[in-house]
Amino acid sequence: MKVLIVDDEPNILMSLDFLMRKEGYDVLVARNGKEALESLENNEPDMVLLDIMMPDVDGYEICQYIRKQENLQNCKVIFLSAKTKETDIQRGYEVGADFYLTKPFSNKNLIGKVKELLSNGQ
Amino acid sequence: MNWGIIIIASLLYLGLLFILAYVADKKAQNHQSLINSPYVYALSLAVYCTAWTYYGSVGRASKSGIDFLLIYLGPTLSAPLWWFIIRKIIRISKIQNISNIADLIATRYGKSAILGAIVTIVSVLGIVPYISLQIKAIGESFSIMIATQEAPIVKPVYIDYAFYTTIVLAIFTLYFGTRQLDLNKKNEGMVFAIAFESLFKLWAFLVVGGYITFFVFDGFEDIFSKAFAQKELQHLFTINTQSGYKALEWFLIGLASMLAIMFLPRQFQMLVAENKQEKHLQKAIWLFPLYLLVINIFVMPIALAGKLSFPDSNIDADTYILALPLANNQNLIALITYLGGFAAATSMVIVASLALSLMLTNNLFIPISLYFSVTKHLKGRQWGRWVLYTRRLSVVLILTLAYGYLTVIADAPLVSIGLISFVAVSQFAPAIIGGLYWKDATQKGAMAGILIGFVMWAFTLVLPTLINKGIFPESIISEGLWGMGWLKPYQLFGLKELEPVAHSLFWSLLFNIAAYTFVSIQSNQTSQERSQAEFFVDVFKYSNIYEEAVVWRGIAHKKDLEELLSGFLGAEKVKNLLADFEKEQNIASQSNQENNAKLVKYAERILASTIGSTSARILVASVVQEDEISKEELLQMLRESQELKKLNFELKKTDKQKNEFIGTVTHELRTPITSIRSFSEILYDNPDLDENQRQQFLQTVINETQRMERLINQVLDLEKFDSGKQVLNLEKIDIQTVIKEAIEIYQTVIQEKNLHLDIHITQQNIFILADKDRILQIILNFLSNAVKFSKKNIIIDSRIEQDNVKVVVADDGKGVPEELKDAIFEKFFQAENQTIKKPKGSGLGLAICKKIIQYHKGQIGVETSNGLTRFYFTLPIIH
Repeated sequence: MKVLIVDDEPNILMSLDFLMRKEGYDVLVARNGKEALESLENNEPDMVLLDIMMPDVDGYEICQYIRKQENLQNCKVIFLSAKTKETDIQRGYEVGADFYLTKPFSNKNLIGKVKELLSNGQ
Repeated sequence: MNWGIIIIASLLYLGLLFILAYVADKKAQNHQSLINSPYVYALSLAVYCTAWTYYGSVGRASKSGIDFLLIYLGPTLSAPLWWFIIRKIIRISKIQNISNIADLIATRYGKSAILGAIVTIVSVLGIVPYISLQIKAIGESFSIMIATQEAPIVKPVYIDYAFYTTIVLAIFTLYFGTRQLDLNKKNEGMVFAIAFESLFKLWAFLVVGGYITFFVFDGFEDIFSKAFAQKELQHLFTINTQSGYKALEWFLIGLASMLAIMFLPRQFQMLVAENKQEKHLQKAIWLFPLYLLVINIFVMPIALAGKLSFPDSNIDADTYILALPLANNQNLIALITYLGGFAAATSMVIVASLALSLMLTNNLFIPISLYFSVTKHLKGRQWGRWVLYTRRLSVVLILTLAYGYLTVIADAPLVSIGLISFVAVSQFAPAIIGGLYWKDATQKGAMAGILIGFVMWAFTLVLPTLINKGIFPESIISEGLWGMGWLKPYQLFGLKELEPVAHSLFWSLLFNIAAYTFVSIQSNQTSQERSQAEFFVDVFKYSNIYEEAVVWRGIAHKKDLEELLSGFLGAEKVKNLLADFEKEQNIASQSNQENNAKLVKYAERILASTIGSTSARILVASVVQEDEISKEELLQMLRESQELKKLNFELKKTDKQKNEFIGTVTHELRTPITSIRSFSEILYDNPDLDENQRQQFLQTVINETQRMERLINQVLDLEKFDSGKQVLNLEKIDIQTVIKEAIEIYQTVIQEKNLHLDIHITQQNIFILADKDRILQIILNFLSNAVKFSKKNIIIDSRIEQDNVKVVVADDGKGVPEELKDAIFEKFFQAENQTIKKPKGSGLGLAICKKIIQYHKGQIGVETSNGLTRFYFTLPIIH
């Protein structure tokens, strides 16, 4: 199982990387939107953990991109964002997210959700 | 033509009107307005073009050439003025619930019931004959349509026909004009039907005009050249300048129509009372004159064609547009023409009778009934019903009067009755326009002006028509009243050069304006008047504070007001309304002076929406005990509410900014907290982590904690600057040493990132008076940005420009977009500009820099040149 983590905060990236590896997933990281798109062209992750506010390409755009790709039909998307407004969350689901988690999040919750989504997909 | 066909066609047309009005009303009930468009608005204004202009323009053109254009030129010339006068009236009327012209004048002059009654009476006397004229036109055109060789014109028939048509029009007006009690609600159905009528009569006129010009004749050139060839028609092509007074005559009649387009009751109804949005006026200002232009294109050709086709017959020129198609056996075109005239007449009758009935009810019948306590016994909803029935009765009364006038003087020449009405309503112009721009105009002045103008009008225009009927002796015209030569109706004070209408307007307006001005200067205003004068003249200044402005003092009991309102709206509704109002206005249950005043104003406004503001004033005044307020106090009160409003606005703005700021700060705090929480949980859940990783994670937690601390300090810093609590330790320092210090701090970072640093600083000392730590903070901030964005080169530069030193930190990074050059110095600019794409940095650093420089009376900014992004600040040098 491959998980792509996209966040422009290196420290958050580091903690997510640790958590996902510990659960036994293969981890890809992207430090901004552009890197994420590049990574998606070359890989077919089963799960993307996606930040929203990033310079250049934002998380909503990346999610829309994923939903348009044939080969990424089974890819799950979880938004991890500091944007907590109802409208922002609404929009996250509108562009096709499977789940929206606001920052700061609990590791247990995140891992539980990742596992749940990945097992449903099988 | 067979009269059956005509009657069926007329009935079908009226049926269509009913359907259109019905549909528009139904739509309005579902909150879909068909009249909420500048085009419908402009078309509804074309109710100005009545049957008199439809038929009469051709008649007038065939007698005196392009004279007929005057009554269109006036409105066209006045249209640009609407933006100033009518927009002001619309604004005032919307706020004060004014629904007719009598109410407008009465309200301006202290809500004077007597003034309102005078204006109403003048309007009714001036307009009823005009309505008769329309009914007559309907009847006459019908009789022309059915005329045969044997029976050219059958009077009883057309009188009967006119009678039945009047009844149908009365039903229409009652049904679509007087259904709702609330005058604020637009009569959507009626307005829509009238707009349709305008479109229809335009179409009909173009059809018959086109037919006559291009089918009976061979186009414009053909008609004009044929007509010009005839000696007796040549005078129609020129303007008669033999009399030196022609220009004055033109001016006066033009002026009358200029005033009429704004102040005729039916025009006021459409322009102001039925106006949906102020901005519709903008389009109407050019659309309406365009309409007038188009509907007049064929007038001259038809007039000349009539003259050419019926050279020596006794056919009335007013009926050329019917006679021409009939003579050519074009019955369908004749029928369309007839229906066009029918549309012109019916639209005028409907709107004029509605407008007059509202005036009669609100400004005559209700005040009278209040005065004589006729309505004392009315309770509960009875009041509202009583008002509605009075309105309906007024419509019937107006139409009965009009019809009665028609049967009594059907033979009298009616040609200039339209213009006689124009002169009558022109008498309102000084009081209205003066009232909008001259604060010192008084009620007595307005009353004097209107009364004297009315008397002069009656003497110079109405009296002669009565003399024609034989009611007064002929000698008055030839020898003057009581044999006094200077009192001849047509040659007042020896002025014999003007034709009657211009003559009448000249004298009546002259005396009107003189009396209005003189009496206003000589008399005083009551506080009620003064307050209205202030409001009317400065409506654009006060319009948004009107509800808050509390210009009233006295003793009022809520119970009395509640009882009064319940009469119109029902006890239940009033209870709810008052509860809402109190909640909205934050009026606590205890009554004090200010709350009392607010309540009184509110009650008056509610009442005004059903019975007009004058009657509302009388009613409210009858249940409360009022004190007089001096002029100075009044102005003070208005000023205070205005200041309060401004203060409120400022507070709301600051509040909003503060909320945004707090929102952004909490958002910025979430990022470090996320890391801290996540790593703490990792450390907690994984006691068996290897030492290196443990150290790294703990270091991250510490770093992120420091980041939060920095952010909080920055916020507090900014807050200090914003609130003016920041204190600077000003001392004489050398800017060069500060720059060097900053470079030293960043030396290692720059080396680590393999960047190249160029330093251009002069050797001489440059002294400034500044807080050293703060200036260092700015340079460090610039440097940290440069290090973050630079690709390879960073340049530091300081130079003297006039009396300032300019310090620049430049980098070769991707730069700042031109449009964001100011914005990046605002706090959290990224949060305001965009919610998603986020640049690096906390978003507060540059905002703080800007504050610091502002405190030092310097300047800060960013510029781009030669691929370099140059952040700079300047500070004054001390010598």
